[in-house]
Amino acid sequence: MTNFKINFRESSNIQIIDLKGYLDAHTAPDFENAIQKIINNKQYNIIVNCKNLSYISSAGLGVFMAYIEEVRKNKGDIKITNMSSKIYNVFDILGFPLLYEIMNTEEDALKKFTKSI
Amino acid sequence: MDIVKSKSFPNEIIVESTTANLVVVRKFVTEAALRSGIDEDTTNRIVLAVDEACTNIIRHAYKNISSNPIEVCINQNKNKFEVVITDYGKPFDPNSVKKPDIKDNLKNYKKGGLGMFLMRSLVDEVDFRRDEGQKNVVRLIKYFN
Repeated sequence: MTNFKINFRESSNIQIIDLKGYLDAHTAPDFENAIQKIINNKQYNIIVNCKNLSYISSAGLGVFMAYIEEVRKNKGDIKITNMSSKIYNVFDILGFPLLYEIMNTEEDALKKFTKSI
Repeated sequence: MDIVKSKSFPNEIIVESTTANLVVVRKFVTEAALRSGIDEDTTNRIVLAVDEACTNIIRHAYKNISSNPIEVCINQNKNKFEVVITDYGKPFDPNSVKKPDIKDNLKNYKKGGLGMFLMRSLVDEVDFRRDEGQKNVVRLIKYFN
């Protein structure tokens, strides 16, 4: 049963990952592989669009934590966009909004990236 | 005796200790909570806490070895909705888990340690017990105001 999907896009040399469905301990390895694949290609400007993400547990949050330092050391960032309030609440409990750039829309994140490149 | 057990719906499921079954447990708890009139937001919080507890069992108590049982039982009365999760794996000491320092985790590329903190944040009470020297029992309780 597949209840999680990842889609890759690119815009102005910025890598965009669309997450769809349920991100838990079962599906987190897929997300981890997706980020790793981008980093292996030496791409460090990443947007994770959560518009169609229905669920996240700490296993999913852990993937964001595992890669953000490496990405920032290479002058990039992981910006997270289009979260529902349900998803945002989970990030918020753990204090992620202080450490990650969480933006309302993908366009906002793209603008922020293009200003800093 | 004020424990309410539904006659038409089971109040317990037993699943094998694999992450593929997290979706099964979430569905079971979601349906039970909504059926008992708990609002969607509170249901989401309970379900996430249960997911975290089961994930901990799979990873730590059973060390990712599948085919071990996880029992999920729901007890409810007019005051509370309680999910009792039992495993027969390695003993677990909840006091050994420190509150995660997110900044420290980032520096050290750590991705674990969040589940316990989330569980305690999401429900009103989390209780861990080692029963009869052979099983771990986690109780997650949400009280009705």
